[in-house]
Amino acid sequence: MGRYVARRLLQMIPVVIGTTLIIYTLVWSLPGDPFAGRCGARPCPPAYVAAMTDKYNLDDFWLVAYFKYLGNLLTGDFGETFQGLSVGEELLRAYPTTAKLALVAIAFEILIGIGAGILAGLRRGSYIDNLVLVSTLVVVSIPVFVIGSVLQLFLGMRWGIFPATVGGDASLYNLILPGFVLASLSLAYVARLTRTSLAENRRADYVRTAVAKGLPQRRVIGVHTMRNSLIPVVTFIGADFGALLGGAIVTEGIFNVPGVGNLIFRSITARDGVMVTGAVTVLVLVFLLVNLLVDLIYGWLDPRISHG
Amino acid sequence: MPVSPRRSVLLGTVALALALGACGGGDDSGDAAGESDNVVTVRGCNPQAAFVPANSNEVCSGDILDQVFSFLVRYDPENGQPSNEIAEEITTDDNLTWTIRLEDGWTFHDGSPVTASSFVDAWNWAALGANATLNSYFFEPIQGYAEVQGEFDEEGNFIEGSAAAETMSGLEVVDDRTFTVTLTQPESQFRMRLGYTAFAPLPESFYEDPEAFGQHPIGTGPFQFDSWEPNIDVRLSAYPDYNGEVKPNIDGAIYRIYENDDAAYNDLQADQLDIMPLLPTSALAGDTYRIDLGDRFIERPTGVFETITFAPSTVDDRFDDPRIRQAISMSIDRPEIVEQIFSGARTPANGWVSPVVPGFQDGACGDFCTYNETAAQALYAETDGIEGPLALSYNADSDHKAWVDAVCIDINTTLGIECVPTPFVDLATFRDQITNRQMGGMFRTGWQMDYPSLENFLVPIFATGASANDGDYTNDDFDELVSQAAAASTAEEGAELYLQAERLLAADMPAIPLWHRVNIAGYSSHVDNVRITVFQTVDLLSVTTTD
Repeated sequence: MGRYVARRLLQMIPVVIGTTLIIYTLVWSLPGDPFAGRCGARPCPPAYVAAMTDKYNLDDFWLVAYFKYLGNLLTGDFGETFQGLSVGEELLRAYPTTAKLALVAIAFEILIGIGAGILAGLRRGSYIDNLVLVSTLVVVSIPVFVIGSVLQLFLGMRWGIFPATVGGDASLYNLILPGFVLASLSLAYVARLTRTSLAENRRADYVRTAVAKGLPQRRVIGVHTMRNSLIPVVTFIGADFGALLGGAIVTEGIFNVPGVGNLIFRSITARDGVMVTGAVTVLVLVFLLVNLLVDLIYGWLDPRISHG
Repeated sequence: MPVSPRRSVLLGTVALALALGACGGGDDSGDAAGESDNVVTVRGCNPQAAFVPANSNEVCSGDILDQVFSFLVRYDPENGQPSNEIAEEITTDDNLTWTIRLEDGWTFHDGSPVTASSFVDAWNWAALGANATLNSYFFEPIQGYAEVQGEFDEEGNFIEGSAAAETMSGLEVVDDRTFTVTLTQPESQFRMRLGYTAFAPLPESFYEDPEAFGQHPIGTGPFQFDSWEPNIDVRLSAYPDYNGEVKPNIDGAIYRIYENDDAAYNDLQADQLDIMPLLPTSALAGDTYRIDLGDRFIERPTGVFETITFAPSTVDDRFDDPRIRQAISMSIDRPEIVEQIFSGARTPANGWVSPVVPGFQDGACGDFCTYNETAAQALYAETDGIEGPLALSYNADSDHKAWVDAVCIDINTTLGIECVPTPFVDLATFRDQITNRQMGGMFRTGWQMDYPSLENFLVPIFATGASANDGDYTNDDFDELVSQAAAASTAEEGAELYLQAERLLAADMPAIPLWHRVNIAGYSSHVDNVRITVFQTVDLLSVTTTD
């Protein structure tokens, strides 16, 4: 398995170089001078423009500028934003918040999603099953900004159970509401996936064998059926976790969560190319690592899949 | 215990999850708003540059710097009239050499006294080319500015030693509390400018490490800077030794940063945010804010003025006949658009100077800025007309689409010109095309005043070759009048000449005045006596808390 992991890690190198090259080139080749709109109705002083152009190597050939950037990146220097803040520090500030939010969301997916899926899968065609199917259909059909705004209005503003926005105080309690909103869509998928997978496996031979052996119901479902039914669900949740760590622009915007999505959105609108490239690079890395992790868990859940 | 590969993966996952969870766990200081009873929260935004006065040219950083710094003069939050603040007296005989005497007793937040060099050194630093500040052009009128600008090589690097001087010859320290400013040409309204952010004094500690200062500015104002957590908040607290006449009633303020207007507005409604200086468009639509906030809102005209400018003749010569421009102006029903689209957050303009400027004249544009279908048609019929479709360009990253569409419909129905609303993806792309003189047709232009003076609305925009003269307007009479105004022996006499110059613009219509912005601000039930200044910022000196 060590060799497998090493190979996967090595594969990440060309992926990271490729993505940073694409992002870096695209961000800086947007039409228009990034400093043209920064001084309102008049052009910025030439001294300022010259200094900024030099700082970001904008007068170099784009490939040269990219290698300069990559060189700094390899030494751990992500560069500076237009505000003179270190990109690395900005990312360090934003990432824990996004990670926490993602964890809260994943917790909801596991608790509610898998829970509802099991209930529905065990009693197919029952009232519970139909309730789960209809309610997940509703959740899947409503865009996240509607769910977010409605929950914010009632739970946050009208009834005051949760704070309306998160802001600087990203405690677990404050993240419950945005976490739930973020989880809502995937939660519906998880519930349906668990339900189908469970219902299918209940008819499998090994389950019949387990029942015939006289194992108690709890052990048949809890160990034999569940373990196999969860494989697709884990894959889904793992991939979702990777996506959630990329930040959630809409949800973070509604609840003013100072996370990565917020940071990237702001940097794009401010044309802060260094910040965008840095954030996306980290994002790519995180996504690759989470994917690797999911693949490893896969082997653990299903020994037939071996990473020998 | 031997650890199987399977188990190690699981343990690894759990450990990662715990580590991620713990990362953010250490910093949960205080309650959500972080407010003691006498601290107010204000909606803030992410500054575009660090907090150095010479680099602050937008409202996000300006709002905070104006609370942290005091200036030579202070503009009255109600009428924009300047009165001496740090300055004891500002005198001149010829509008060319100004003697500024400082009041005794002003100190920086680090305890060091404010002296004449606090100003002179700060201004020299801001003007020096090597420092590449955003606001350096505010020092252009001062003698010796050109010498400190220096040169840049082809790569854009400042050439060491290329500046003929390190300091401007026009600035001279006379004694500890007096300095003189010599300008390159007379400027009767020079005193008006001195309350602008760029003219702030700086303590000696600034020069040791300007970057560190930008993260934690040290000023002279009613509030001292406590902390800045990017993307989260900026915290200020009242400075006990503040030397101004009016002391703040509150102990401090927290500028909470919101990326999203609606999120901030929702917090305001939930009483979790105290002051929001500018309500979002969604709250203005249908006067929703009056239902949400009751009477907890303020309407405040501010010095932001919107116009439509015609492309320079060299780029697009279809508007060379001023009557075409006047006819287009007359075909726009400003009051209707202001009411339907802006829900009262604008007032129709009938001149080129904002009504918040002391000495403003009503109706400089006269009939040409009044909607009159028949007069517009008659005037347009006298001309050769416009060939082909006429673009009205705007930047699509702000709320401009609705009014641009409405203006185009007005022009189309009244004059039969095919007016095409043309969006540009963002302000940078849009301004780049205008600055490089590549944009034809008409385009939206806006002016946010630097300081409330007549000169600031006329000279930078309409004087020949001026920095914001996007339409390359040139008129010898206008140039003559504004330079006479600058040289006038009294400020009153100067003002009269500026007003004459403004009236000249009606004949040429270099830019169509549209409307002036009215800030609609809201506040929570936690605060009272909220005032918004003509610069769209909160006047924290007057705010009180209710409990």
